[in-house]
Amino acid sequence: MILLNRRDAATLLLAQLLAPRAEAAAAEVVIDNFTFTPATLNVAAGTTVTFRNRDDIPHSVVSALRPPAFRSKVMDTDDSFAFVFDRPGRWDYFCGLHPHMQGTIVVT
Amino acid sequence: MSDNEIGRRGALRCMLWAGSGVIWTVSGGVPRALGDTQPADGFTFAQVSDSHIGFAREPNMDTPGTFAAAIAAVRAAPARPALLLHTGDVSHLSRPDEFDAAEKIMAGAGLDTHAVPGEHDVIEDGGAAFMARFQSRERGKGGYYSFDQGGVHFVGLNNVIDLRAGGMGHLGADQLAWLADDLRGRAASQPIVVFAHIPLWSVYPEWGWGTEDSAQALGLLRRFGSVTVLNGHIHQVMQKVEGTLAFHTARSTAFPQPAPGAAASPGPMKVEAPRLRAMLGVASISQVFGRSELAIIDTPLGA
Repeated sequence: MILLNRRDAATLLLAQLLAPRAEAAAAEVVIDNFTFTPATLNVAAGTTVTFRNRDDIPHSVVSALRPPAFRSKVMDTDDSFAFVFDRPGRWDYFCGLHPHMQGTIVVT
Repeated sequence: MSDNEIGRRGALRCMLWAGSGVIWTVSGGVPRALGDTQPADGFTFAQVSDSHIGFAREPNMDTPGTFAAAIAAVRAAPARPALLLHTGDVSHLSRPDEFDAAEKIMAGAGLDTHAVPGEHDVIEDGGAAFMARFQSRERGKGGYYSFDQGGVHFVGLNNVIDLRAGGMGHLGADQLAWLADDLRGRAASQPIVVFAHIPLWSVYPEWGWGTEDSAQALGLLRRFGSVTVLNGHIHQVMQKVEGTLAFHTARSTAFPQPAPGAAASPGPMKVEAPRLRAMLGVASISQVFGRSELAIIDTPLGA
C-alpha cells in the first residue's frame, strides 16, 4: 500500500510537472498586408504569443501603454517576436513604424 | 521689382525625373508644367527621397544602383543644383552599413546635402545615429532645423519620432514651438520650403499617410506668400495647392507604392523590371526671380 501510494504520488507529481507545459499555450499573430491577424487574440494568462512578419516591409510590435509594456525589435520579413502574456487584461499594441496598424491581446 | 513682389508671386517650379529625383526652380504662382529639357535659370535645388538602402526584394534587388542612378541624374542636370534635399528613409533598417552606403552614394552628387529622417531611419535608437551622421552640420537636436540659401528659407522637420498607436506622422509640441520661434519676425515675402518625410497633408489616413498635428505647423506658415512643402514616404508623386501652400511628394528611388486604396496595403508594388525605373524618381527645383509660376513636371527617366 505504501509503495502504491508512493507510486501514485509520483504519478501525480509527474502529471503536475507536465500539465503546465502541455497547457502553456502558444498562439500566433501574423502580419500580412500591414495588418495584424487576428486583430484581437484571446489567450489564457501565461501564453506565449509569437508575432510573425510575413510582409515584405519591416514592422514592429509596440505596446500602446506609455511607457510600453512590451516592445519588439524591428522585424524584417519572416522575423518574429515572442512575448509571454502572464498578466490578465487587455493589451493593445501597434506597429512602431506604421502606427495605423493596431492589434489587441486579451489575457484571461 | 521689390523683394516683396517677388516673394508674393514667387514660388517653385519643379521638374520631376522619374528614376532619379526632382529638380526644383523657385519662380512663382500656381503649378505649371515645364518641358523636361527647359533649363532652369534661377536658384535650383534637387530632392531625392526614400532610397531605402538595405531593401533587396522584389521589385528592386539593387536599391544602391537605383539611388546612384538618381544621384547621377542630379549631377547631369542642365542647371547645377545648389543643394540636395533627402526627404527620408535614407536606409531601410537604420543599420550602420546601410547609412554608410547611402552616405557614399549621396556624396557622389558633390552637393551640400540636407536630410530629414524617415521612420526607417530611426529604428531602435530614436534616430540618434541618423542625426549624428546626416545632420551633424545643421545641429538639429531633434532631427529638425532651418537654414537660408538662395533667398529661400528652408525648414527641415522630423515627423517620424514618438509615433502613437493609431496615429500618423507626429511633430510634437517641442518642434511646433521651435517652428513658431524660427518663423517669428521673418518677412512674409520670403519663399519658404518645408521638407519632411511623411506628408504634411492628409493624403490617406487609412494608411497613415498624413501628419496628425500638421495643421498647427501649416497655420504658422499661412502668412507667407510662397510656401512649398516637400515630402516623401508614399513613393509616388502627389500634389495639392491650398492657398499659398503648395504640397508635393516625391517618388522613391527604391520602389513604387500603390495609389491610396488601390491595393490591400501600401507594400511595395511588384512591377516588371523594365517598368521599374519609370516609377522611381528625383526632383529638381529652381527659383527664377521675376517669374511668377510654380510648376511641377514628371518626366520618367526610364521608359
